[in-house]
Amino acid sequence: MSTTTAPPPEAAPPEHSGGGNDDHGHGHDHGHDPFLAHHFGSAKQQFDAGKFGMWLFLVTEILFFSGLFCAYAVYRSTHPEAFANADQYLDPMLGAANTAVLIFSSLTMAWAVRAAQLGQQQLLVRLLTITLSCASIFLGVKAVEYSHKWDLGILWSSMFNPQLHAHHSPALLVMSIPAMLAVVATAILFGLGKSKQKPVQAKFWGCLLITSLSYFGGVGLGLTVPVIEGMITGETAVEVAEHAAATEHAAVEHAAAENAAVKHAADHTADGAATTAATAGSVEAAAAEQVAIDMTYTGIFFSIYFVMTGLHGIHILAGMGVIAWLLYRSLLGHFGPRYFGPVDFVGLYWHLVDLIWIYLFPLLYLIG
Amino acid sequence: MSDNASRTATAHVHGHSEENYLECAHGWKSWAFTLDHKRIGVMYLVAILASFLLGGVMALVLRAELFTPNKLFLSEDMYNQMFTLHGAVMTFLFLIPSIPAALGNFILPVMLGVKDVAFPRMNLASFYLWVFGAIFFLLAILLGGLDTGWTFYTPYSTTTNTAVITATLGVFILGFSSIFTGLNFMVTINTMRPAGMTWFRMPLFLWSLYATSIIQILATPVLGITGLLLVAERALGIGIFDPARGGDPVLFQHFFWFYSHPAVYIMILPAMGVVSELVSTFSRKTIFGYRFIAYSSIAIALLGFLVWGHHMFVSGQSALAATVFSALTFTVSIPSAIKVFNWLSTMYKGAISLETPMCYALSFIFLFGIGGLTGLYLGALATDVHLHDTYFVVAHFHYVMVGGTLIAFLGGLHYWWPKMFGRMYNETWARVACLIIFVGFNATFFPQFVLGSRGMPRRYARYDGEFIFFHQFSTTGAMILGCGLVLCAGVLVHSLLRGRKAPANPWGGSTLEWKCSSPPPHHNFDWPPVVTEPYQYDHIVYDPEHQGYVEVEDIPEEDEVTGVPVESHT
Amino acid sequence: MDSHDSHEIAHVMPLKVLFSIFGLLIFFTILTVAIAQLHLGRWEIIISMLIATTKASLVAIYFMHLRYDNPFNAMVFVFSLVFVALFLGFTLVDVEQYQPDLIPVQDPIATGS
Repeated sequence: MSTTTAPPPEAAPPEHSGGGNDDHGHGHDHGHDPFLAHHFGSAKQQFDAGKFGMWLFLVTEILFFSGLFCAYAVYRSTHPEAFANADQYLDPMLGAANTAVLIFSSLTMAWAVRAAQLGQQQLLVRLLTITLSCASIFLGVKAVEYSHKWDLGILWSSMFNPQLHAHHSPALLVMSIPAMLAVVATAILFGLGKSKQKPVQAKFWGCLLITSLSYFGGVGLGLTVPVIEGMITGETAVEVAEHAAATEHAAVEHAAAENAAVKHAADHTADGAATTAATAGSVEAAAAEQVAIDMTYTGIFFSIYFVMTGLHGIHILAGMGVIAWLLYRSLLGHFGPRYFGPVDFVGLYWHLVDLIWIYLFPLLYLIG
Repeated sequence: MSDNASRTATAHVHGHSEENYLECAHGWKSWAFTLDHKRIGVMYLVAILASFLLGGVMALVLRAELFTPNKLFLSEDMYNQMFTLHGAVMTFLFLIPSIPAALGNFILPVMLGVKDVAFPRMNLASFYLWVFGAIFFLLAILLGGLDTGWTFYTPYSTTTNTAVITATLGVFILGFSSIFTGLNFMVTINTMRPAGMTWFRMPLFLWSLYATSIIQILATPVLGITGLLLVAERALGIGIFDPARGGDPVLFQHFFWFYSHPAVYIMILPAMGVVSELVSTFSRKTIFGYRFIAYSSIAIALLGFLVWGHHMFVSGQSALAATVFSALTFTVSIPSAIKVFNWLSTMYKGAISLETPMCYALSFIFLFGIGGLTGLYLGALATDVHLHDTYFVVAHFHYVMVGGTLIAFLGGLHYWWPKMFGRMYNETWARVACLIIFVGFNATFFPQFVLGSRGMPRRYARYDGEFIFFHQFSTTGAMILGCGLVLCAGVLVHSLLRGRKAPANPWGGSTLEWKCSSPPPHHNFDWPPVVTEPYQYDHIVYDPEHQGYVEVEDIPEEDEVTGVPVESHT
Repeated sequence: MDSHDSHEIAHVMPLKVLFSIFGLLIFFTILTVAIAQLHLGRWEIIISMLIATTKASLVAIYFMHLRYDNPFNAMVFVFSLVFVALFLGFTLVDVEQYQPDLIPVQDPIATGS
């Protein structure tokens, strides 16, 4: 092929230094700055542009989530009793544990930005690894929660079918398959990096191996928190949830029985007998109907729960992807006092994910 | 590397001119992986024109079917799918990216005096996201079509057996493409303005693109989440919008219109920006009320978020909300009218020359006037109950979207065509095309106002005999409109092949893009341009030697009789 | 000096501030869980949202550097919240207003059976 590609503007030599439209070019020597794109006048301008761009992106994220908050607000305001009902199925302690994990990861992320600004390379790598591991722990706890709900039939509207007792399915195991694969893959790549004496690769995959293993730490945390709670209150959280489900279930069965009774009574009315029984029946039927409506909207609550936490989880995963990219670049020593924009911008994103969780936690777990 | 850099820098000082952006690199890879905003703009232009052709052919098929009250060649189901895809393709693939992503991408950095947008990679990503979105739309056509209307209203969209999920994912992806463009523009304008380019020295087209970007960033994510929830509704049955599961379909309409009403301003605001440029340049007069036009763009962007409920007057919305939304709707007419009055005042006592772009600008003002004023009938609660879902609505929004956005897009395309491709087109035939488009457009859509007010509902494949005359009138108009557009395309293609080489400034424009050569060099300017007040025409004079306008240092002495400068200096 | 260079570009957050903010965030998390155990009824949502907003503000102001950042970025952030409020506000008002007009889901007309 005789075709030549266009010189990518980033790679093109910066050809104007301190020209008429750029009056801050005196202090900096552009030719020596490998991370200054050609169309920016200075590192400061590039940083400001990136930062403003990130804030605008965060605005789109906020409005993206606002749809879900709106759905929550609408159904909560129109069917508060269903939401109070749903509260019993969620364990606030698991939510609180995850909140603490995310807040801690926010701390390490903010600290990582500082480390990058001050050129503390080793500290930066460590802090990014801790941040990644916290994200993994968060997902591990979430997997425990999701699998419990799967076992209890507490799912979104069309699948919402609370069971008296949790039927033990391999849901948790299935959800953990990606993490297991990640452990195996990162371990192999870590070994390869070591054996071929590629220190950067080895360190990178080593850090990701720690991250993948942290997921199981999260699973462990998710499984032990309810046990500790049980030791304090004398009842495990799973039992609490099962108990709640049982109450619901009984109510529904009761409602169904009432329904039958109403039909029965109506038949009698047709026969011209016992009209008073029918009136009594219809009062009870109304109560049964109310329970059925409550169940319908409890189902919608869980639709919202799964969409909100699911989308938040996807954002955690995406954040882990970009933090891993930062980790690799920081192992290459890219970041320092003159160039730390990416760490700062990813940090902003990570804090926003934390910030959304700060609202999700009380809305979903605490308010009954 | 640094030696190389200094050598290039020296070369620039000596006035070495780079090759233009079209010729600086060759081969398909130099286009597919380009990060140059101009090439991305050209790729966008080709892509949106292709989808305009697709949507346009669908429109002609629809109009042809409506030539007779009974079946001509489309079944009812086919008709439903055809109008849905016409609407969806025109809205999401053509109108929304038309001016910002195609013309804006090309012109914005040049007009601003910078080398590129802030994030060139994101700009390219935006284009490829558009392509992916378009592929999803095509897939939806292949996978059983789509018959929900472009609005995807529940519960129909959760029960129909057409390819709603595929199309919705397409919309989701196109939304991101639109967000990327808006984000890029906003960051570029905010952080990269060169020395001298203050906010109030920015050409009004940039103000309008800035206002558009605000809407793209604030509204589009809500469309994204709406689409995802609709997909989840269909795939999993989450019940939020589905009445069969206790959900609320009116809530869907709130979600949808929170984006889609502001989206109307994503389509019209850049068009208004184009017209501000055209009116000033071709009247050779400073724009009247610069700040008012600039502020009114921002005002339209913000007020546009307060009026979405006027799409839901007959959807079961509460009386309170309907009243509030109706009242707020009228406020949008204020900034729109401010713009129209300012354009008229700019033309007043100006040296108007009716070149093709100006013909389009005048068409715009006339057609947008009709489109805007008929909107008042629809914003008023009582009349809307009568007119809702009739051809009156169809005519109204086509006057705004076609008579407004498309006409301004064509005007902008003709205005910047010499700059983009370095070729002049045949002025006479381009003006003839503009006239045919204007006549054809009015013949198509004016009868629809009558049809609608007499009760012809929209989205019907068959109709009552009493409407035959107006429907046939409208169909004939559509064919004329189609011919005009074909002629317009022919003129532009001819110019690429045979057109005379364009001068740097063929129209006497005063904004920065006319200070670089046509087509612009790879980095836009051989040397950083000097930024002055926009819309000053005194020092820009016609030079017969270049067959274009050149800048002179001093205002030349003019021949008293003709007003043509006696001698021009280069 | 290197640190001088980075001061030019952006503010460096002192470690003391970072740790104190972390402490406050954990404290507020414990507080909100504790208050939830009291079952305060309709006050519950108000109090827990106030606490959440306090936490969110701490994150935004210190972890996200808004206090030391270009004020325009803070404005953009607040601006987005205004639009969220607009979206939620209008929609909630309307939904609450039309609730009495809704046909119950069990009704055969609504379910189409």
